[in-house]
Amino acid sequence: MKKIVILGGGTAGTMMSNKLRNALRREEWDITVVDKHKTHYYQPGFLFIPFGIYNERDVKKPKSSFFPAGVNVMYTGVDKIEPENKKVLLDGGKILYYDFLIIATGTQTKPEETPGLKEELWYKDIFDFYTIEGALALQKHFKSWQGGKLVMAISEIPYKCPVAPLEFVFLAEEFFTKKGIRDKVDITIVTPMAGVFTKPIATKMLSDLLVEKNINVVADFYIEKIDNEKKALVSYDEREVLFDTLTIVPVNMGDEMVERSGLGDDLNFVFTDKHTLRHRDHENIFVLGDAANIPTSKAGSVAHFASEILFDNLMNAIEGRPLIASFDGHANCYIETGYGKGALIDFNYETEPLPGTFPLPGIGPFGLLKNTKINHYGKIMFRWIYWHMLLRGKALPVEADMTMAGKKRVTF
Amino acid sequence: MGQMELGNTMVDVNDEGYLTDASQWNKDVANAIAKEIGIELTDKHFEVLEYLRQKHTEGEVLTIRKVGKSGIVDIKGLYKLFPGGPLKYSSKIAGIPKPASCV
Repeated sequence: MKKIVILGGGTAGTMMSNKLRNALRREEWDITVVDKHKTHYYQPGFLFIPFGIYNERDVKKPKSSFFPAGVNVMYTGVDKIEPENKKVLLDGGKILYYDFLIIATGTQTKPEETPGLKEELWYKDIFDFYTIEGALALQKHFKSWQGGKLVMAISEIPYKCPVAPLEFVFLAEEFFTKKGIRDKVDITIVTPMAGVFTKPIATKMLSDLLVEKNINVVADFYIEKIDNEKKALVSYDEREVLFDTLTIVPVNMGDEMVERSGLGDDLNFVFTDKHTLRHRDHENIFVLGDAANIPTSKAGSVAHFASEILFDNLMNAIEGRPLIASFDGHANCYIETGYGKGALIDFNYETEPLPGTFPLPGIGPFGLLKNTKINHYGKIMFRWIYWHMLLRGKALPVEADMTMAGKKRVTF
Repeated sequence: MGQMELGNTMVDVNDEGYLTDASQWNKDVANAIAKEIGIELTDKHFEVLEYLRQKHTEGEVLTIRKVGKSGIVDIKGLYKLFPGGPLKYSSKIAGIPKPASCV
């Protein structure tokens, strides 16, 4: 019996388990998924929780509902991978041997990486919305908050879902306007990058939204620590941003197992060939989703598009062919902008987000880099697609490779 | 997009003055870009630039944190070398793309 082991049963690992179980004969291939958690969270929904649009029940289901029959599932942690022996050491001393290994252990928030972050103000005046606990704590906080300085800060790149902080400030703007206290809430977004938008065309098309909505931007701000007494973010070049409520994207890092196995970079993201999706140094290891160090967004859409390429290349590897399927870095992200509208971006390694339309048979077209109602509906509908189609590895009417159809090359 | 002469070398640059072909870079180009930004390059600067170029060639995403762990300079030191925006300025001088987000 030959063996495939998938480490991580999140979006990426679940999709792969479904695709592979469908394709490989049970008498020939044994498939095992390892994950220490039993609950699957629909993470794009976390964004809506602080504003009471979604609650916990809207974003959580048991992982076991999404793994196909005929896949072994082990709910345990991973100690380390030994690539040279093609084996995985699990917590508690169990050993799994593999012919092929897929690492899909994702990314995690690490508030402890920033001095002062996880101290007395944590979940009192400082929150994240990348965990269910943080999103729920912030929902509770906002229910009684009377206004003041609301700061949305990004600690480090890369981080999961690069547009989420932007969506957060847009939704906060609407939330406090509808609550009637927008005049008492000062909203600021703080980024270590040169700006909230860094791509020329998106900058031209979307930065007016921030001005229209009266949202302040502090750029090139690289957080060294949080001063709990002063309630201030402090940067390495000794600037300060004061807050009353801070929402933060903590430093993102891959699983510590990656470090113990010596397979990744300084942030524990796994060294991955950006086109074949195989590990840089080990031919029997593939990497899918946020765990990979490929230079595109950490997002479910990327994991979905990449899963099709990874599937093809794993079949190539199994059957002894060269890995001819090539991932182009395709990502497709909705950006909620508030008041029932949204924008959509579609891009890859080489092509920055462009305006135009995004074709989707039966539903679209959606407007690219445009702020429209249909884009918002796309995002809301996506939750259903996620649970019922995407996780189960069913084909969606969207190509893995980015298409230029509908996009407009523009110059300003 | 266009061409410009930097340190007696013709290079291709984008609208923000970042080189679009890292292979056109040399020390004179670096000195010329640094001068425009208002930085006088020392050996320490060049150690950082070579590190950035190497990591860029290896396809790694660069962060201030990563440079801080490189053993060449810590983060405070990096800010002293390239004040204001250490990664965007050092990347520009190193002839590699500006650190960017997806939008």
